[in-house]
Amino acid sequence: MWIWLLRRMGQILPTLLILSILIFGLQQLMPGDPALILAGEERGDPQVLAQIRAELFLDRPLWQQYLHWLGNVLQGDFGFSWRIRMPVSELILEKLPVTFQLATMAFIIALLIGVPAGILSAVWRDRPVDWVTNAVALFGISTPNFWLGIMMILLFSVQLGWLPPSGYVPLTEDPVQSLATTIMPAFVLGNGIAGVLMRHTRAAMLTALSQDYVRTARAKGLPERVVVTKHALRNALIPVVTLGTIEFGRLLAGAVLTEQIFTIPGFGKLIVDAVFNRDYPVVQGVVLATALIFVTLSLVADLLYMTINPRLRAA
Amino acid sequence: MIRKALVAALLAAGTIGAAQAQNLRIGLREDPDILDPTLSRTYVGRIVYAALCDKLFDINEKLEIVPQLATGYRWEDPKTLTITLRDGVRFHDGEVMDAEAVRYSLNRHLTMQGSFRRSEISGIEAVEVVDPRTVRIRLKNPSGSLLAALTDRAGMILSPKAAEAAGRNFGTRPVCAGPFRFVERVAQERIVVERFPEYWDAGRIHIQRVTYLPIPDNTVRLANLQSGAIEFGERMEPDDVKTVRGNRNLRVVAVEELGYQGITININNGPRAETPMGRDARVRAAFELAIDRDALNQVVYEGMYTPTRQPVPPANPYHIRDFRPEPRDVNRARALLREAGVTTPLTVEMTVPNNPDLRQVGEVIQAMVREAGFDLKLRAMEFASSLQAAARGDFETFLVGWSGRTDPDGNIYTFTRTGGGQNDGRYSNPEVDKLLDAARSETDFEKRRDLYAQAIRLALGQDRARIYLWHRKNIMVHSARLSGYRPVPDGLIRIQDMRLQ
Repeated sequence: MWIWLLRRMGQILPTLLILSILIFGLQQLMPGDPALILAGEERGDPQVLAQIRAELFLDRPLWQQYLHWLGNVLQGDFGFSWRIRMPVSELILEKLPVTFQLATMAFIIALLIGVPAGILSAVWRDRPVDWVTNAVALFGISTPNFWLGIMMILLFSVQLGWLPPSGYVPLTEDPVQSLATTIMPAFVLGNGIAGVLMRHTRAAMLTALSQDYVRTARAKGLPERVVVTKHALRNALIPVVTLGTIEFGRLLAGAVLTEQIFTIPGFGKLIVDAVFNRDYPVVQGVVLATALIFVTLSLVADLLYMTINPRLRAA
Repeated sequence: MIRKALVAALLAAGTIGAAQAQNLRIGLREDPDILDPTLSRTYVGRIVYAALCDKLFDINEKLEIVPQLATGYRWEDPKTLTITLRDGVRFHDGEVMDAEAVRYSLNRHLTMQGSFRRSEISGIEAVEVVDPRTVRIRLKNPSGSLLAALTDRAGMILSPKAAEAAGRNFGTRPVCAGPFRFVERVAQERIVVERFPEYWDAGRIHIQRVTYLPIPDNTVRLANLQSGAIEFGERMEPDDVKTVRGNRNLRVVAVEELGYQGITININNGPRAETPMGRDARVRAAFELAIDRDALNQVVYEGMYTPTRQPVPPANPYHIRDFRPEPRDVNRARALLREAGVTTPLTVEMTVPNNPDLRQVGEVIQAMVREAGFDLKLRAMEFASSLQAAARGDFETFLVGWSGRTDPDGNIYTFTRTGGGQNDGRYSNPEVDKLLDAARSETDFEKRRDLYAQAIRLALGQDRARIYLWHRKNIMVHSARLSGYRPVPDGLIRIQDMRLQ
């Protein structure tokens, strides 16, 4: 078990290294000269452009730029945002809690809707409950985030005046306001994932319910509630956990559209704005941080499997 | 669809309960870059500086230069400018604003590594302290645009003590002499400033606190105004105006801007200039004659903008009144094409920044010029990429705008002069160059205006170097509870005299 854990963690480093080379290479493919963008309306002055390139090492060969950056990263220095001159590590630490809060809330909403709905529709397969939950799930999957977001703003902020239309208040500053600013975006995000979770839970439950051990459990005369929750659900949850961690990882990578609409200053907004402003150090830092989160989460997913299914522990 | 729903929702909209009376919340269209007057570049940053950093001079509604931290100026000779300073001005850190601070700030703008002010005031040879209330600026050459430069970031005076202590990090905590002092900034989220009690003109400041909130999505910025979550929204869209006019809690103010939107033509920048459009002014004239600027403005911008044929807007005293757009004339356009000996349909490519309204502009122009014999191909490109393509010469025509400057030099020189940094089409006419150079160093208003008029007639009327289309308007929407907003064409939000009920 411990050797397995160490081996898994050992795989993370080369993954990140390869990824960092990829980010650097892809950036070069991105059209648009960062010096031109940074110069803004001063871009007509060749002196200004030369000065920016020199200051940001943009006049060096790519491999030198990469090694320079990598050297700094290994010392914990992700560099400065070219646009606002804030340290990238500070930006990441500032935005991570925002995205984490939003992702957690969205995930809880998705779980609360998706898993019970999936169980219900599997147990009452081809009955009205199944039809209704399927219809709701389909709505959740197929509604575009930006449309649902704008509609919610119009209803709850403009019409009813219950919730602030956009912006963000940190949890530590004012918990009530914080929830008020994040509940709409969390619902928009959670709604989409709930549909996916519901469909997967339903499918896994249907498979589990047709297994021999379920028939045996029923034959033993166990109450249906126990059969469903203890025997079927536990086995059905494995694919759901996989999916859940992937979806949670995606949420942590930042919900680009939703964050833009609700002006939530999280990872998604950070990276999109950085790409449009060609703020390379921010792009590199955020992608690397996201990758780290992803590989950590997949590790967590594996650990969760073992908790749910003891047979996997031997492997 | 979304917008229609919004309009419908608005009709029944009420407001969220009154916000704190003293806190003014302003929704910005973008997130500003670094808040260091020497290093910053974005237009939106200037809106925040209007509260934080006073300048030597300011401009008023008529674009006249008025004193701010200065009390007056005098040209000792065409190369020597003496500026007298206001007494009793303090920086936010309590230090006194004096001639030494002015010298320090101008030198910082001129010499700091990465300064974006250098090119604006590069004509300055030396700044001398005459006495604590007087500075003398010596120029390398006479300059007609120096004073205008000092009404913007180059004229902002920083606390030397704070600037020395912070170095390149000054922008994370700027210390200036404006009506408000910096409180905090959370990137992409908010910038907060509070009233500075020792401000030299404190009697005109009635707002306690200003929070700037970057809300890039237009629909969401409008929803924030409708719900009362912000009191001021800047640079709103023309099609929001109808919605806002129907809401008694909101007011709309539209001010002519300093800049323009136009079409740059590749005349001499690399192989892609080798087209009839690039080689022959008659073909360019035909293209221009095929465009109906009024219709374009009606279709895309609800008729809110001002059609134009020149880079200087009507709000500016240097605007040439009798150089008006010619009416659309398809027959003359066709005749010009025949005269130029081109076979129609003539294929022309236009690079268009990839945003919805400019793409629509491109489509309308495409339909208009087709009737004259042009087959216009649109090439939509993300903005950063389009700038690079234009600089490289990888374009035939380019639909591009400019935010504009108070002084006409800033709207003309670098775009039109041979070798000008933003002359992407590489237009060149030695006669025009001579006129522009002369205008640059002329300090007499009438003479200067005549020089610009001659240059513009040559470059645009005769050579058709560029096609100017319209001057935008800064559309500002604010809460009916807010009074005292004074619209100035630069689009900045000056908090002086503003009150919230």
